[in-house]
Amino acid sequence: MNRRSLLALAASGVAAPALLRPAFAQQVQITGAGATFPRPLYDRWSAAARDAIGVSLNYQSIGSGGGINQIAARTVDFGASDAPLTTAQLTERNLLQFPTVMGSVVLSVNIPGVADNALRLTPELIIEIFFGRVQFWNDPRIVELNRELRLPRLPVSVGYRADGSGTTWVWTTYLSRISEEWRNGPGAGTSVRWPFGNGARGNEGVSNIIRNTPGAIGYIENAYAVVNRMITTQIRNKAGQFVRPVPETFNATAAAADWTAPNFAPDTIDLALPNVWPATSPTYILLPTNPVADRVAGSRNTMRFFDWAFRNGSQIASSLEYIPLPTSAHNLIRAAWARSVRDPSGNPIWTGPTT
Amino acid sequence: MSARTLSAPPIGQRRKIGDTGDKIFAALCIGSGGFVLVLLGAIIVTLFIGGLPAFERFGVEFIWGTTWNPVEGREEFGAGVSILGTVVSSLLAIIFAVPVAFGIAFFLTELAPGWLKRPIGTAIELLAAVPSIIYGMWGLFIVVPFVQKNIQLAFGEQLASIPLIGFLFDSTNFAGTSLFSASIVLAIMILPFIAATMRDVFEQVPPVYKESAYGLGATRWEVMTGVVIPYTRVSVVGGVMLGLGRALGETMAVTFVIGNANRIAHSLFDSTTTIASVIAMEFPESLAGSLQQSALFALGFLLFVISFIVLAVSRWLLRPRLK
Repeated sequence: MNRRSLLALAASGVAAPALLRPAFAQQVQITGAGATFPRPLYDRWSAAARDAIGVSLNYQSIGSGGGINQIAARTVDFGASDAPLTTAQLTERNLLQFPTVMGSVVLSVNIPGVADNALRLTPELIIEIFFGRVQFWNDPRIVELNRELRLPRLPVSVGYRADGSGTTWVWTTYLSRISEEWRNGPGAGTSVRWPFGNGARGNEGVSNIIRNTPGAIGYIENAYAVVNRMITTQIRNKAGQFVRPVPETFNATAAAADWTAPNFAPDTIDLALPNVWPATSPTYILLPTNPVADRVAGSRNTMRFFDWAFRNGSQIASSLEYIPLPTSAHNLIRAAWARSVRDPSGNPIWTGPTT
Repeated sequence: MSARTLSAPPIGQRRKIGDTGDKIFAALCIGSGGFVLVLLGAIIVTLFIGGLPAFERFGVEFIWGTTWNPVEGREEFGAGVSILGTVVSSLLAIIFAVPVAFGIAFFLTELAPGWLKRPIGTAIELLAAVPSIIYGMWGLFIVVPFVQKNIQLAFGEQLASIPLIGFLFDSTNFAGTSLFSASIVLAIMILPFIAATMRDVFEQVPPVYKESAYGLGATRWEVMTGVVIPYTRVSVVGGVMLGLGRALGETMAVTFVIGNANRIAHSLFDSTTTIASVIAMEFPESLAGSLQQSALFALGFLLFVISFIVLAVSRWLLRPRLK
């Protein structure tokens, strides 16, 4: 064997694994920007999808508002928003909206001697607390609900998100549902006029207020609360049950949601069903329905990415405390891709399976 | 070295080269100076154009309106709360910082032994080099719990029962993040600027003046109040204004500790907000072209105007003495 054939043999030996795994040959990257809440999940999905289907995601968690601005300007392949957009907003920007996972907002407290998920609160009391009308934790209304707890005479401090956020949107939507006074007063939005309390930046900022202040209460993302072992509370849902913020009650909400709702924005907040957590909501992806020619590939790869994530990513989502959507919702989303997203010549971009 | 290399080149040729260089250098200098002016103007115009929809919608009332409601469908924006928060927190910071800065400068220039001057002076300059986010973290983890536990919970009720000024301390906010905490953190942040300026200008007083005063039998305090301060008044106020300017625009450190509540603080321990905090908090989530974003631009414009007014007023106050 001469030197030349040896070289050829070595070269084929190097090339063979690459031929066996064509995914590496067409490694592509898609870009997205928006909500901060799903970032840990999208990062993990990105790492897993790069190995599986050769699509990696460069996701910039600049906030939902920023994500909407970026996708409206078409500088990224997709935007992400925690709060759903209205039909008018979607039509104006030519966007298709679909959910990826759900998240829950929970109440966290710092009352010495009160254990995790021990404190019980009713919607009426939550409203009184967030309006600043409950002065001390040993208020008779709270004591009556929590006979077995020893509640100290500590002043009640409310913590909230001062930066605009989907978490605030979910929580204020819940508060607006349970109280007409809140609906007509502060209302619901990504940031509102809080009548009482202290604002901080991000889940970590609110958690800091709660940790540092004996007597504090605030709302945070469940994923953040679990990872950081925050003390959470029970809430009485619309069906009249006290529910704990645990995967069972979150999954009950996901299963009960009507995914055929327009723009995949089912009403999942304060459902009148047994065993559902009242403050649970999906987080959304915004995909242009009319991508320009050089963004068609990005659009297709975005759908490939989420198609893979829907099939294989639920385990990762659950491990990060996100709530996966039911398979029926996944199929509806794939059908919407095939129906709505068109390339410049009018052909559907999503040609993959719709089930 | 040979004589040839020492001979001067022909004069005419040298002038020609020098002339071109001078022109280029002059043009560059004029360009740099003009660039600063153009840049400043462009920033003001950009902020104003961005804020125009908000000014058109709310008129002059935007400046003192106290409602800040970004909820879709009921948007109403007024800068009153954040302007008040900005100005009050900065003024309180000046009130806390100036006496200490004066003490530091007095100590360093008049009292400190030679071997101590340098380490303390360096320490002050290092304080100025600490990034503001570090002050924010320190404020959140040290100052806020201290204010909450050792001042508010410990003495809050006693302070609130002081006649006449008790209302300053009467608050239902027990989180510790408050106007007071923000002012403390701001005071510490601007302290090195004011102290370093004061020390430098105190040192520039000609020794002969001070020695003359000492010769007449003046005490150290009399030399300070009768010679050093009158001689350096302009520069001292300049240093204070430098600190005030930094305090007005400080964002992250204040955001960490002020509580970010768009409500007027009725007491030192209430939470409120500042212009810079509101912009930092709400800008990322505001939609391009929305009224909220416009209101945030308008806030930025007002902060610019306030900083300008502060400097203009200080100049005007000092005008007769400048000559």
